[in-house]
Amino acid sequence: MRPRLLLPAVLAAATLLVTACAGGGGDKGDDKTAPPASAPAAGNGSLTVWADDARAKPLQDIAAAFTRDKGVKVKVVQKGLGEIRDDFVSQAPTGQGPDVVVGPHDWLGKLVHNGVLAPLELGDRAAAFSPVALEAMRYEGRTYGLPYAVDSIALLRNTELAPQAPASFDELLATGRRLVEQGRAELPVAVPVDAKSGSPYHLYPLQTSFGCQVFGTKPDGAYDRTRLELDGPGCQRFGPWLRGLGKDGVLSTSLTADIATDAFLKGKTPFLLAGPWDAATFRAAHVPFAVDPVPSADGSPARPFVGVQGFFVGAKSANPILAQDFVLNYLSTPQAQRALYDTGGRVPATTAVLDQVKDDPVVAGFARAAQAGMPTPNLPAMDSVWADWGLTQLAIIQGHGDPGELTGAMAGRIRAKIAAG
Amino acid sequence: MTQTLPTQPPRTPPGRRPPADPGHPPAHRGLVGLAVRIVLLAVVDALAVYGLLALAAQHKWGMFGALLVGTVAVNVIYAGKRHVPAKYLAPGVALLLVYQVYVVFYTGFAAFTNYGDGHNSDKPDAVAAILAHSETRVPDSPVRPATVVARGDRVGLLVTLPDRGVRLGWAGHPLEPVADPVYDSVGRAVAAPGWHRLSYAQIASRQKEISELRVPASEDPNSGSLRTADGISAAAYRSTLDYDRGADTITDRSTGKVYRPTSDGVFAAADGTRLSPGWKVLVGLDNFEKILTDRDIRGPFLGVLVWTFVFAGISVAVPFAIGLVLAAVLDGKRLRGHRIYRSLIMLPYAFPAFLAALVWQGLLNTDYGYVNVSLLDGAHIPWLTDPWLARLSVLAVNVWISFPYMFLICTGALQAIPAEVTEAARIDGARRGQILRHIKLPLLLTAVTPMLIATFAFNFNNFNVIYMLTGGGPKDPDAPIEVGSTDLLISLVYKLAFGGSNRQYGMACAVSILIFVVVAAISVVGLRRSRAFEES
Repeated sequence: MRPRLLLPAVLAAATLLVTACAGGGGDKGDDKTAPPASAPAAGNGSLTVWADDARAKPLQDIAAAFTRDKGVKVKVVQKGLGEIRDDFVSQAPTGQGPDVVVGPHDWLGKLVHNGVLAPLELGDRAAAFSPVALEAMRYEGRTYGLPYAVDSIALLRNTELAPQAPASFDELLATGRRLVEQGRAELPVAVPVDAKSGSPYHLYPLQTSFGCQVFGTKPDGAYDRTRLELDGPGCQRFGPWLRGLGKDGVLSTSLTADIATDAFLKGKTPFLLAGPWDAATFRAAHVPFAVDPVPSADGSPARPFVGVQGFFVGAKSANPILAQDFVLNYLSTPQAQRALYDTGGRVPATTAVLDQVKDDPVVAGFARAAQAGMPTPNLPAMDSVWADWGLTQLAIIQGHGDPGELTGAMAGRIRAKIAAG
Repeated sequence: MTQTLPTQPPRTPPGRRPPADPGHPPAHRGLVGLAVRIVLLAVVDALAVYGLLALAAQHKWGMFGALLVGTVAVNVIYAGKRHVPAKYLAPGVALLLVYQVYVVFYTGFAAFTNYGDGHNSDKPDAVAAILAHSETRVPDSPVRPATVVARGDRVGLLVTLPDRGVRLGWAGHPLEPVADPVYDSVGRAVAAPGWHRLSYAQIASRQKEISELRVPASEDPNSGSLRTADGISAAAYRSTLDYDRGADTITDRSTGKVYRPTSDGVFAAADGTRLSPGWKVLVGLDNFEKILTDRDIRGPFLGVLVWTFVFAGISVAVPFAIGLVLAAVLDGKRLRGHRIYRSLIMLPYAFPAFLAALVWQGLLNTDYGYVNVSLLDGAHIPWLTDPWLARLSVLAVNVWISFPYMFLICTGALQAIPAEVTEAARIDGARRGQILRHIKLPLLLTAVTPMLIATFAFNFNNFNVIYMLTGGGPKDPDAPIEVGSTDLLISLVYKLAFGGSNRQYGMACAVSILIFVVVAAISVVGLRRSRAFEES
């Protein structure tokens, strides 16, 4: 009698239906990310890939080519980088997770610890990748990811203000200070420090130049989580040095990444410690700059953390063979790796592709910086390491407490957390 | 949003409204209505049947039952002429069940589990992950080109050796030489007598079977088993762990160590070593117990609880006082341009709160912020990095964000007080101050008290301002868990669930429940005290 009453009826039923199909798996974004596993992958099956916005676009073309060749549909779902890891962990057990995800290697520990990753056997393909990229993708002796790009902190230098690459960090500071005295710059060097979480990542090359590593390594080159070295002899010298930079105002916990980037962009500082992320911005703004590895501050080589981007296959993928085939035999080819470079512009993890593009001084500079580095540890414990490490750095830079005591206390806390698992 | 649908005004104009008695409608409307209803119900049922089939295929019987009951209910309610109240209520009830009741019960349930990192799935998944992780390639064993072949229901692997020798094997049947293999153009064996090659599409449709296929490399178990990951190559793997389904134990082959499932949802050996990952189990009141007894958690928890009360209390009292004064001042129409002032005062309310907090974060930067650099002439006051100043800054920004709302409420309440009341007071000889204190304030408080309680509850959980302004910091590097000076309970929950090192969803749900108890108690007591509902 009352047709209008049917509208609510339809809504109600549709709601029931939608929530039912989502399998109670969580928020509204879920149901569009994966087809119901039941829909019997008609004929050739289909793959779902999760990627963040920087990587979704280059992947689209490669995915289309895979579909052309093999008749397998590949759906590239764009998600926020921050969401991918946690959503993967929570959704993979429901069977609604992706077949392949793209992300940095330091997720590995957490993903394996949650049992959502399938090991990858690179076989002979491994020879094509740089050693640091391969090392990064290993966790507890097994390889879990196919690398495609590496990034690390390097020294960006405004070539107009500082035509010569400094040989040491002291030389860098002297140049910077002279420019500030001459009124040509406002900051001798810009090192981004987050006022909430510190800057262990940006400061790591300087820290390693004091011989202070985060973890010791096992014979096979992997980090040994039982050997935290953040309170080693080198670190005990690094702390007071850091305190000195804080006192002199070279380092400031107010200098956020935004302010630091802006200062370099506007020529207010000759030097910036940064990753490759903003290089395109500086180019677009015609800032004359060069990229070099971070110089040593205390004699030992400065070794930045290297982040390796790669592809991972889900342990509960409904299409294990297709996913492995896509990653191992398709994404590993020089053509695919080159295509990823062409649209993404990141330093390639494949040595052949790197050779092709090394005429680009920015890519070559970041590649040299990465070669000097070591992979960011991919242990699950790293999250708590970052937090304590950064807070201690903040305290040292801000001049609270004794650097030696702070360093020792930090190491004690981190060891306790690692032991507690 | 959609919950208001049933109460929306009817789309038909009032004049054409169907008569109240559904028994005697105009005949043509009845027919059209019936047709539309049948079509819509048919669409709903068709969708429901599709959903039921999909769920049945996935063996999701809980959801299947819920959808079935829902579909039947929708048909019963909307098919006949009866159940008129249910016709209005059903959509709202359905949405309430899905978006409120389910979420509340799920939170309540999760609070009694150890759901979190390392315990994110069920036991079979954990066993599968442990075994997969323990399977390692036999050292120095080569990766060989392989073809997936089938004979009847059985799948096998056809491996081509570098010398064009060919081996064939299948589950439980070690590799052995093949007499007359068929090669493709690149010299790779693709078929053997009785065995045919699976096409890519056939491999795709039998993926699970093929990825679980293990072909013994030889009679010697130490030489491992061949498996293929991508369908075109194979290598020998050896597992270091064995799962005994009957005894429900995992045994390390090399050391003989036996891992048994524990009540925490992990496999652990007698010496305490554990296998990762574990699985989700009910842990009873463990999470609550930990919050209340673990010193590392209890200390910060109590501190955060106190600060949350202080923050919420001040965030209600100060903006209310400012709003009331401003409203009283601007209430009289004697002040010139009072409309302009009112509009200006509303400005902070017009910004989204989280945006305002982000902007304030920049303004309060110690060395580069506008407040220090321009207003305070280059001072270096650590507004957001000193614990006490950070608390002050958070409060100040929140007051700045919320006083316009209080001003709005008070203005409305003051203007709602009938002019006769104040006029009568004035005739009786009351002065302005007396009128405000004895007449206007009591009337106003009756009207705004429920609002104040709601604001208190809101600020108790005011995640945005804290997260955007200080992220809960500054943190004490010596604190045992990652808690800062300005953390509220809700941002503590966030850190437990999503921040920090370990996702602890179960623990976060337990804290949420405690927060709910606190907020509910305050609301109930507050509303009782104010007697807001009795007088209305």
